[in-house]
Amino acid sequence: MKFLSEYRDPELAQRYLEEIKKTVTRPWTIMEVCGGQTHSLVKNGILNMLPKEINMVHGPGCPVCVTPLNLIDKAVFLAEEKGVILCSFGDMLRVPGSEKSLLEAKANGADIRILYSPLEAVKIAQQNPDRQVVFFAVGFETTAPANALSVVHAHRLGLDNYSILASHVLVPPAIEAVMEDEESHIQGFLAAGHVCTIMGTLEYYPLVERFQVPVVITGFEPVDLLQGILMTVKQLEAGEARVENQYSRMVKEEGNPMAQDTIYEVFEVTDRLWRGMEVIPMSGYEVKEKYAAFDAKKKFNVNIAEAPENEECIAGEIMKGIKKPFECPNFGKDCKPENPLGAPMVSSEGACAAYYHFSGMINQMEGQSA
Amino acid sequence: MEEENQKEKKIKMQLSCPMPKLDFEVITLGHGSGGLLTNKLLDTGVFDVLKNDYLSKRHDGATLDLTGRTAFTTDSFVISPVFFPGGNIGELAINGTVNDLAMCGAIPQFLSLGFIIEEGLTMKEFWEILVAIKFACEQAGVTIVTGDTKVVERGKGDKIFINTTGVGRIHDKANIDISNVKAGDKIIVSDNLATHGIAIMSVREGLEFETSIESDTRNLNHIVKALLDDFGEDIHLLRDPTRGGVGTVLTEIARDTKLGVDIFQKDIPIDDQVSGACEILGLDPLYVANEGLFIAIVDTLIAEAMIDKMRSFEFSANAAIIGEVIEEHPGQVVLTSQIGGKRVVNMLVGEQLPRIC
Repeated sequence: MKFLSEYRDPELAQRYLEEIKKTVTRPWTIMEVCGGQTHSLVKNGILNMLPKEINMVHGPGCPVCVTPLNLIDKAVFLAEEKGVILCSFGDMLRVPGSEKSLLEAKANGADIRILYSPLEAVKIAQQNPDRQVVFFAVGFETTAPANALSVVHAHRLGLDNYSILASHVLVPPAIEAVMEDEESHIQGFLAAGHVCTIMGTLEYYPLVERFQVPVVITGFEPVDLLQGILMTVKQLEAGEARVENQYSRMVKEEGNPMAQDTIYEVFEVTDRLWRGMEVIPMSGYEVKEKYAAFDAKKKFNVNIAEAPENEECIAGEIMKGIKKPFECPNFGKDCKPENPLGAPMVSSEGACAAYYHFSGMINQMEGQSA
Repeated sequence: MEEENQKEKKIKMQLSCPMPKLDFEVITLGHGSGGLLTNKLLDTGVFDVLKNDYLSKRHDGATLDLTGRTAFTTDSFVISPVFFPGGNIGELAINGTVNDLAMCGAIPQFLSLGFIIEEGLTMKEFWEILVAIKFACEQAGVTIVTGDTKVVERGKGDKIFINTTGVGRIHDKANIDISNVKAGDKIIVSDNLATHGIAIMSVREGLEFETSIESDTRNLNHIVKALLDDFGEDIHLLRDPTRGGVGTVLTEIARDTKLGVDIFQKDIPIDDQVSGACEILGLDPLYVANEGLFIAIVDTLIAEAMIDKMRSFEFSANAAIIGEVIEEHPGQVVLTSQIGGKRVVNMLVGEQLPRIC
């Protein structure tokens, strides 16, 4: 398949791998920021092909994982309200709330629909004028334009029965939070290719300047990841810290200005709580006052007490790359995808789920060597 | 002249079975009462389309003459949407049970057919389903010998549920049993993976996308019979990986045999469009449902010959050896990725849910 098979080419992958082996002279710890990258690394068996000097740790870039517990509780509450149709990306359904997940609410009779595009939710609102349609708008910068567009679209159509429960988070402040954590020992980053497709590369220069770490914007296919790792290792070995763009077939320096305009039409940057972590200043999007009528939080005035996180879950340490999934005492024992203690075991992009599903062998190998 | 393919045959059948003029358009609770309306529905619907000597006796059950080793299976079909690209619930219900029998090494013979209809189903829809059932039965060479029709209130069903139960005589040369699987055996899949699941996904509300992908629902019994004729006991195990997909069935086989299973991504046949849809939706084709696909675990000595034979059939044109059974890593399925990395394939936990980005 064009634009896919060439990035899964075994010979090319081997060549990058050889080059990485030739370049590396000492241990390096590199974080891939995006959950999609984690998933691909594990799914393609890349982690156990890399030389042992390279320690890949998995970043906070899993939108499902970092959505606060309280917001899941709010989504469940709204879904159970009479007359509400709650629309969501499929990934969110299994994430445990303090009492139940959306999937359990659905089983109890709530009208919850799995969509692939928020514009579908607007269509459902048009078709059901006597119902309130709420879209659970989760994601990083990547999904923000489409979610914002749904609000613009609903506004244009004059719909009064559509709103979004927004839970948007941003990558650069997360990298900052990871670097500021005392326990963190990350020496280089693979930045999330699709986020940069929207936002461009300029936001990363101040980070590189401040923390003196290489940031390589990287794609998701095996060859992308290997090339991104090679570029990072080359910088590290040479004692450099620069922004580089491996994913140049998609990412332009300025990003996608039209998508950015749509985001800023509807959203403004705000402080945000990250599940398992803490409140990170200016790290999320909130619906602007201008579109308050489409903000489910304001529209329904949902007040749900903050429930405590499950103490057994070390999601925060996992997402900052301080610990690996198999270093958690509950991994694969009390915490499994069918009965998760925390979100990283649920989402297909969560580090714990990726390890659990795909890398029985890796975790045995690493477990033995640890 | 070239032989007609399945699709052309189906269209011909639909044209030859026009719906008769009826004095009702919609099925209501009364049609399940057992009284006059039920009889009307059966006379102008089920019996008219599916007529045969067994059904025309209109008895409480069928009297069958079964001898020798017999396979027996049942399955319920609750698919949504009922009509999907490439077919409808009717043929799915027949093919599903026919294929389950074939996987036992049986020649499917007789089926029962039970409908649970939600009131409001239109007679036109029901007719279309019946015609698909008739077509699937003719293709597979099976006879519906008994059945049942119930109607439930609106909201208590999802248009229509179908249960089929089937029996078939075991092929003389067949010895299909998981205990026959041994290290060194080759793992064959009969055709492209994940076609049915993606065809269904493409028409689900909220996920609709434009594609020409059609479900692979079809009967596998003729291929299986031909293979058993030629390769008999060297076919150690047959499974049809419907829900849960190929990945789930292989993990079951590894678990139950306490042997290891190695598969190779580069050898797994998959249609380009299906593969692209899986990429976009974030689904792993190994866990996507199939309807007209089977996995065969066979003696290594016959594997190549069997592939050659399979590729001569319309329904297994893309048959491929995707891996082998080994002594190492007992109980585990290990996949070698396109680029040569290895990972474990686990059982799917719940439904695969499309990802965010």
